[in-house]
Amino acid sequence: MTENRAGTVRRICQDHGGDRTRMMDIVLAVQKEFGYVPSAMMDVIAAETGSHRVEVESVVSFYAFLSSRPKGKVIIRLCDDIIDQMAGAERVRQVFEEELGIRVGQTTADGRITLEHTPCIGMSDQAPAALVNDVVVTELNGDKAREVARSLLEYMDPDRLVREYGDGNNAHELIQSMVHNHIRRRDQVILADMTPGEALNKALAMSPAEVIRDVNTARLRGRGGAGFPTGMKWNFTRRAAGTDRYVVCNADEGEPGTFKDRVILTEATDLMIEGMTIGGYAVGANTGIIYLRAEYAYLRAYLEHALEERRRQGLLGKSICGKQGFDFDIRIQMGAGAYICGEETSLLSSCEGERGDPKNRPPFPAEKGYMGKPTTVNNVETFCCVARILEKGPGWFAQIGSEGSSGTKLLSISGDCRGPGVYEVPFGISLREVQRMAGAVDTAAMQIGGPSGQMVGPEDFDRSICFDDISTGGSIMIFGADRDLLHVVDQFMAFFIEESCGYCTPCRVGNVLLRKRLNAVRQGLGTAADLQYLQELGETVKLASRCGLGQTSPNPILTTLERFRPLYEAKLKAEDDGLLSTFDVRSAMSEAEAITGRSSVHFSKA
Amino acid sequence: MGKPIIATTSLAGCFGCHMSILDIDDRILKLFELIDFDRSPINDIKHISQRCAVGLVEGGCANEENVVVLQEFRQNCDVLVSVGDCATMGGIPALRNTISLKECLDEAYLNGPTVFNATGKVPDSEDIPLLLNKVYPCHEVVKMDYHLPGCPPPADAIWEALVALLNGKPLELPYELIKYD
Amino acid sequence: MGDKITFTIDGKDIEADAGQTILEAAEAAHMYIPRLCAHPDLQPYGSCRVCTVLVDGRPQSACTQPVAAGAVVESGTDKVTEIRRQIIEMLFVEGNHYCMFCEKSGNCELQALAYRFGITAPRYPYLFPHRDLDATHPDVFIDRNRCVLCGRCVRASRDVDGKNVFQFVGRGPEKRIAFNSEANLAGTNLDVMDKAVDVCPVGAILRKREGFRIPVGRRAYDHVPIGSDIETTAAK
Repeated sequence: MTENRAGTVRRICQDHGGDRTRMMDIVLAVQKEFGYVPSAMMDVIAAETGSHRVEVESVVSFYAFLSSRPKGKVIIRLCDDIIDQMAGAERVRQVFEEELGIRVGQTTADGRITLEHTPCIGMSDQAPAALVNDVVVTELNGDKAREVARSLLEYMDPDRLVREYGDGNNAHELIQSMVHNHIRRRDQVILADMTPGEALNKALAMSPAEVIRDVNTARLRGRGGAGFPTGMKWNFTRRAAGTDRYVVCNADEGEPGTFKDRVILTEATDLMIEGMTIGGYAVGANTGIIYLRAEYAYLRAYLEHALEERRRQGLLGKSICGKQGFDFDIRIQMGAGAYICGEETSLLSSCEGERGDPKNRPPFPAEKGYMGKPTTVNNVETFCCVARILEKGPGWFAQIGSEGSSGTKLLSISGDCRGPGVYEVPFGISLREVQRMAGAVDTAAMQIGGPSGQMVGPEDFDRSICFDDISTGGSIMIFGADRDLLHVVDQFMAFFIEESCGYCTPCRVGNVLLRKRLNAVRQGLGTAADLQYLQELGETVKLASRCGLGQTSPNPILTTLERFRPLYEAKLKAEDDGLLSTFDVRSAMSEAEAITGRSSVHFSKA
Repeated sequence: MGKPIIATTSLAGCFGCHMSILDIDDRILKLFELIDFDRSPINDIKHISQRCAVGLVEGGCANEENVVVLQEFRQNCDVLVSVGDCATMGGIPALRNTISLKECLDEAYLNGPTVFNATGKVPDSEDIPLLLNKVYPCHEVVKMDYHLPGCPPPADAIWEALVALLNGKPLELPYELIKYD
Repeated sequence: MGDKITFTIDGKDIEADAGQTILEAAEAAHMYIPRLCAHPDLQPYGSCRVCTVLVDGRPQSACTQPVAAGAVVESGTDKVTEIRRQIIEMLFVEGNHYCMFCEKSGNCELQALAYRFGITAPRYPYLFPHRDLDATHPDVFIDRNRCVLCGRCVRASRDVDGKNVFQFVGRGPEKRIAFNSEANLAGTNLDVMDKAVDVCPVGAILRKREGFRIPVGRRAYDHVPIGSDIETTAAK
């Protein structure tokens, strides 16, 4: 059997040219074949790709969707982010556990079905949701979870779970998903009609430098959250020394609470690809890569089809739109479950077949990116903006939005509101207006920009969404008055601990320490000194961490310490017994009490 | 005003740090001129009877009685000092911290290759303090003002510390006296 | 290359070659910037963050950051020292560092850093993780309790020994060092004389039968702080 397997694995490696930089595709394919990446096969992969076994193991162990241990033919991944929890994920979990007779993290005794938790899968507007292999199931509740579990036990066929298709291209024959777009507000930039090729032809009539000039004139800034001027990035890439250049589209939408790229990928597909192609022309690239998060694997066939269509129309491939010398094509690189890969240098590591560790900067990707070549990495939405800028002109684009933030922004709104979904709004919209638009009443807090962003309360509701005030990559979570905000903070910290790559000390260790102390305070063991500790440790992690993940990971604690301090203060110890928050005398004796069957003579139960 | 009072105790330690206190050699005579001891294994006084200037704690916090002692020291000493690696980081007793308590007890009293235990039971009585799930450094249980690392800390470090603290000065050890082994 | 540039560290003018890292330039000027994952024979890595400096106010790792003309670098200020101290303390609580019986004690770079910073106990609670050791190799053992994930062995084995014996597996707090073998260290082609064995800053990778050979008092950091060799020739 091992011989057969080895043969299969060899073939998979050969299909990828024995190229170790295609390690992600190879291990994903091996996993698709066997349900996991067997340890013995790592040696085969290493031999076929001129790599080392431990390098293969390193990659496999890094990504949440890859496993070196056998798993079920069907893997149910229940989304357990905060929005799903609020929508009833706990009940859904219970039902799955009951019906399957296993706990989360386990596989049924017959080895057929595995049950797992996973962070945000980009369905916060239709929570609770789950992935069953590549199939998305949404708006779960106890009854639906029971139905899903029983259907799987009987038929082992995730596709059977989809009875009705969602709107728009979710119903496309290559998607056939129950996912809904929930587009609740359209504006002129992203969610408007377009004619494929129009913007591209206009761009190709100009010189690459002129295209970049237009993007600069439009004052376009990156939509992923950081807001770096796109034209400047392209200029760096264009001017960098080197021959091959790359354009990479970051479709690794992993920030909890954001799902707008999912909608762009199906409803503004051409706009996005056109923007990428224009980017390729502008920076002088021949190759584009769409890095698609594993959670959106169900969109892959559709996207491949869209790329193929454009090749057919002469909008991709050789001599695009008849322009001699402009050859540009795009491939899709699948991710495998790692939030860190949304960070551009981690994303490039992943594209190169490595662990998704961020790279040291400098050199920046514009100079030395994918395979050491000049590379620009831009967000899905940014590419859409580019195409529209070229179509309608930079002046038209620049007059939309606010002073320092031109254009529109897609917001993914979820949580306590009547209209969770995608909203395209001009920059400059106030948070209060966002609430009104989404039908949120009695709002206690809003998390802007996901866990890496900030939590704001009523005193900030008149502030506006733009790069100069409150910036967001798109995630907006709304929390009503009855939500335990410190629980939200705890869940965000758990998320960062889970998703840290572990490369640098402050992020790897600091976040664990932060969460421990946060929970000591939540349990009522803390004093004012503990709040000081959280503040100081949080600031150090922010300052000393190597990449954007660590530099933002303490934000849930730091922003709530600043704006929701009374919530912490209410938890502080009323009477100081001299014991520190690092020591919980009751739980410290739990094992001994269980073993001896008696309770402490000194510290009786409170 | 009488002489400053010092209290000392050994929790989950080996008394090696107390040996190191005695290791200050003839300076101990000078020490006795300068201070009086309250609760300490040196004089076998069981509880602190008066306000103390300095409390020296050897050993980590491993059971409920250790917690009570630490509380007593914290309440009655102006300055509290962890003496030795067990007090500052758990030390050798903390090697059990990565193993469950039940496993540790079973190995020690039932399953270990050298165990002869006719009762077949882990000893237990009201008089045996309940063990904590793990051994804690003292400063994770109560606030400790200073730490003297070392296994044991050099006698010179203990002497320097006492001289500084009894003179109301902050404790700043020179490079050669901060050692973890 | 060959171009000289000037910048300042803590107000002192430093002349450096373009392309040097801040850490290298500082060292050439006899200024010691504390570091752990950096090693003169290995590629810069930037993981431990002990060498964090502020470059024109922005935090950077000195071991990876190239010098820039006119840059104002803060290294020995209270603020930077405090960050480094916290990082060193994090490394102590993250693993199980029992200096009192560690063969590396006195020659350990992590311990030496703590000594240099005058750390008597970390402010953070110890995490006491469960970690495995591997003593299957005839001449070398690895004790992950002491590993600080600096990646020196990974780089040395790959870039100097040409063997790729070590690599990291897992991520976040679960990240750990692994070997190029399905079973254990004995299954690799690691040799006792490999650079990878030599470069471990702590007692995680050690040669067998060599422990405690150097008596207390004659070890590297018994009397002088780490970095003294860099500083001694400095014009004071």
